[in-house]
This record gives sequence, structure tokens and C-alpha cells, in this order.
Amino acid sequence: MAGQRGFWADWSFAKLALGATILVLVILLAVFVVLYKESSLAISTFGVWKFITSQVWNPPLDKFGGAPAIFGSVVSTVIAITIAVPVAIGIAIFLTEIAPHFLRTPVGVAVELLAAIPSIIYGMWGLFFFAPFMRDKVQPVIHATLGKIPVIGQWFSGYTPGIGLLTASIVLSIMILPFTAAIARDSFKMVPDILKESAYALGATKWDVMKDVVIPYAKLGVIGGIILSLGRALGETMAVTFVMGNQPVIPKSLLEPATSITVTLANEFTEADTDLYLSSLFYLALILFVMSFLVIVIGKFFFLKRVER
Amino acid sequence: MDAFQKRKLINAIILVFSTLAALFGIMWLFWILGTLLYKGFSTLSLDVFLGDPPAPGDSSGGLKHAIVGQTLIVLLATVIGIPIGILAGTYLSEYGKNSRLANFVRDMSDVMMSIPSIVVGTFIYAVLVKPVGHFMGLAGSLSLAVMMIPIVLRTTDDMLRMVPPELREAGYALGATKFKVIKDIVYRAAITGIVTGVILSVARIGGETAPLLFTSFNNNFFTTNIFQPMASLTVTMYDYAMSPYKYWQDLAWAAAIILTFGVLGANILGRVIAHYKFKR
Repeated sequence: MAGQRGFWADWSFAKLALGATILVLVILLAVFVVLYKESSLAISTFGVWKFITSQVWNPPLDKFGGAPAIFGSVVSTVIAITIAVPVAIGIAIFLTEIAPHFLRTPVGVAVELLAAIPSIIYGMWGLFFFAPFMRDKVQPVIHATLGKIPVIGQWFSGYTPGIGLLTASIVLSIMILPFTAAIARDSFKMVPDILKESAYALGATKWDVMKDVVIPYAKLGVIGGIILSLGRALGETMAVTFVMGNQPVIPKSLLEPATSITVTLANEFTEADTDLYLSSLFYLALILFVMSFLVIVIGKFFFLKRVER
Repeated sequence: MDAFQKRKLINAIILVFSTLAALFGIMWLFWILGTLLYKGFSTLSLDVFLGDPPAPGDSSGGLKHAIVGQTLIVLLATVIGIPIGILAGTYLSEYGKNSRLANFVRDMSDVMMSIPSIVVGTFIYAVLVKPVGHFMGLAGSLSLAVMMIPIVLRTTDDMLRMVPPELREAGYALGATKFKVIKDIVYRAAITGIVTGVILSVARIGGETAPLLFTSFNNNFFTTNIFQPMASLTVTMYDYAMSPYKYWQDLAWAAAIILTFGVLGANILGRVIAHYKFKR
């Protein structure tokens, strides 16, 4: 009897574990299928290419185009990454090569803890403190310098209450900074000491070692990490919702209010009153899902997998 | 200037620049932290913890409804997400090992981990909120659970694989079934690691706002009914911060600091356990 009970427990545990594993796959598949099904109305009404390129987002007229939201998501992510990556690599170099040893662990842990702070707090700070700072201090400087340059000057024109694409991008870059820095530091740390020591023994300076030993060795890991940060920035909602402005247009200037996929979803999802409106929002969610899926697949399986090998 | 001096100069310039970059980055983060601590602590009071939700324009009242709601939503998400995550992680490490299914699930759980959280919210909205017809706390828990499962799965898988195979073989040699070996030997050896993973995953999802926006929504009244719309600290912060009332905005900061301490507390607890476990 006891033996039989043992067998049944064994059998059912194995099946239960297998079931949980399959469930993970089912959920992932279900996300895609459900989003596709919910957006099918919008897909059949607007098509794929027309939806992506149409700039009209007009709920009262039941006309929806995704271009402003997609533009906002892509541009804010690109700006955020452009700002965050050099600073994050600076922090990583500082933490692995420059800082005195007693500082490395506490500063490193502090950076990791900052990565754990809920993103909505970055958003609130952006709304109450950073947006006024942008309006009063940064905007006049931008007008006086970048705004004067011909051709690209128009990207930095216009007066706003501090809320807009650039503000959102900067808040986003601050939010992903700790995450990116932690990954870059971990990649740098994986470089074997013996390689670095050999270079030092040949008379290399710290920068020579960084440039010719550490960075080539850690390159793939850092690039993979940057791509993961990109995915994070792309899907981030709360850090940008407060400061993006939620204007469904492609702005002429980076200082003007704009929107992004996540901002549109957060602001309008519960207000969608027609089937086509809701379906268009699901369509945006599906596009975001596919975009972040591609980013992750490239980052994880193209770069980070090669690091592991 | 000879080549040696030139190299030393470039070296000095780069080192100064990366130190400046580090200071620059850390400055922003301290600005945010300072703001949070200053605004948060200046509004914290007993009333914030125990008071009922304020009416528009009121200058008294608190976050009891949101604190209880947040706790319930996260607790329920944990109850749903943890067993599935641990079971699936156990399968990968103990049954699947390096089979194609197991490796595929590992890759897919990485993909699942990085689905934008707001997309998870829309997914649960479509499968649960829309058919039922109203927002509910349970839906919020489910979307958090969906985010939690891959995290727990990954740490469980990693922790169980660190258990030496000799321990398992010793169990089998005594005639134990696989279930018994897993339950009494593998889990016991890896329990600290699993607990750490669970705590860190709770810390990770505890501060999420986006998946709750259209699932548990918000509720201006105290409720413990998970089938009703339920307030959470994060969504309350979102609504109050956007509101025109000064006291509501202050309450949003109070909520922010309670949330941050909860999340960071869980995070630090997880790290401390991991530290003591792996030091030995």
C-alpha cells in the first residue's frame, strides 16, 4: 500500500510540474493570440501599413492611426538610450576600475537598489520637480543654443510648461540608468583579472587596459545589456505617462507634448467608448508587444547567448 | 610631449570623465531620492495609515484602503504565481534538464519576463475584465502573477541545478521515489535560494502600476472583496498625483514612500538572505 501511494504521489507530482511548465508556454501564446484577436477589428479596418503610417488619432470621428504613438515610443527610447548608455558605462568604469575598494560594494549595491525603485516614483518626480526645472532653467538655454542652429533648430523651438517628448526621454534615461549601469558593471567584472594584470605588467595605463582588454572582452555582454535596457525603456509606462503630455500628434519640436504607445494605453484604455477605439488600443498594445519581443530576441539570443558560450 | 606622457594624459582625461559621468548619474538619482524622502516624510502621519480616503478638497484622510488593497493584491498574486513558478522551475531542473522542451521554456520565460507590464494589463483586461464586465482586484493579482511566474521559474531552476547530483543519488540509493528525493532532499538543500527568489520577485512586482490600471482599477472606498475594483498604492498615487488638490498630491508622496520602503525592504531582505546563504 505504502509503495503504491508513493507511486501515485510521484506520478502526479511529475504531471503537475509538467503542467505548470506547459502553462508558461500557454500564457505566452495566449498573450499574443488574445491581443491579435482583440485588435482584429482595427486590423481589418485600417490594415497594417496604413495604421502604422497614419497620423490621425481622432476618437470622436472613429479614425485611428498609430504613427504618433509609435513615433513617440521609438524617439523617446532612442534619446533615453543615447543619454543613459555613456553615463552608465562611465559609472561601470568608475565602479570597476577607479573607485577605491571600500566604495565599490556600497555604491554598487546602491545602484542596484535604485534599479528596484518603482518607476512611478520617477514619473512623479518628473511631473512635480523636473518638468518645472526644464521649463524655467533648461528651456531658455536650449532656445539660446540649439534652437539657433539652422535646420535642426526647429526641433528645439516652442514654449511648453516643461512637459514634452524631451522631458519624458530624460526621465526615462534616468530610470534605466541604474539597470544599464549594473549590467555594464557585471560584464566588466567578468573579465579575468589575469588578462588585465598582464596588460598592466606591459606598462598599460588604466585607459589602455579598458580600451584594449576590458571593452573588447566585455563588448557582447554590454551590447546585450544595452538592448535589454532598450526593451525596458520601450515598455516603460509610469515614468513617462506623467510628463509626455498625451498629445496624439507627431511634434515638430522635441520640447512639445507628444505621446507614446504606453502613454496612450495608460490614458485612454479605460475611456474607450467604441469597439473600434478599444480595438485600436489593443492594436497598439500588440505592436508594442511585437516590438519588445524583437528587441529581446535580438538582445538575449543574439548577443547574450554568445557571451555564455 | 613623448608617447608615454601622451598616454598618461589621455588616461587622466578619461578617468576624470568617467568619474564625472558617475557623479553626474548618481546626482540625478540622489535628487530623486532626496525629493522622495523629503516630500514623503513631511506628509507621513498616523492619519495617512489609518484614515479613510479623503473627499475632493478635504485635507484629512488617509490611505488605509490603498494599503490594504495593495497588500491583498500582491499577496494573492504571490499565492497564484509562486506555486506555478516553483513547479515549472522544478520541472526544468529535475525532469526536463537539457531537453529541447526545457530549453525552449527557459528561452520563452526570458521573453515573458520582458513583456511590457502594461501589455500584461491589456491581456488580463481582455480575458477577464471584459467578459465579466467590471474591474476587480483578482484581475490585478492575476496580471502581477503573470509577471511573477517567469522570475520565480528562473531562480528556482538556477537554484535547484546548483544542488549537487550526489545528494539526489544518495536518496535514490535508499529507494526513495523521485518525488521524495525532490521534496525531502533537493528542496531542502535549495530552500534559501528559492525563498530569496520569491522575495525578490515580490519586490519586483510590488511597485508595478501599469498592469493594475485596467485590471484592479481603483476604488475610493475600503474593500476586501477581490471581485470588486480595488485600490492599490500605485494606482492611487497615479490618480492623486494627477489631481488638482494639494492634499491628494501630498498623499501621493506619502504613498510613494510607503511603497518604496516596502519594495526596498523586501529587496534588501532577499539580498541579506542570499548573502548569508552563499557566504557559507
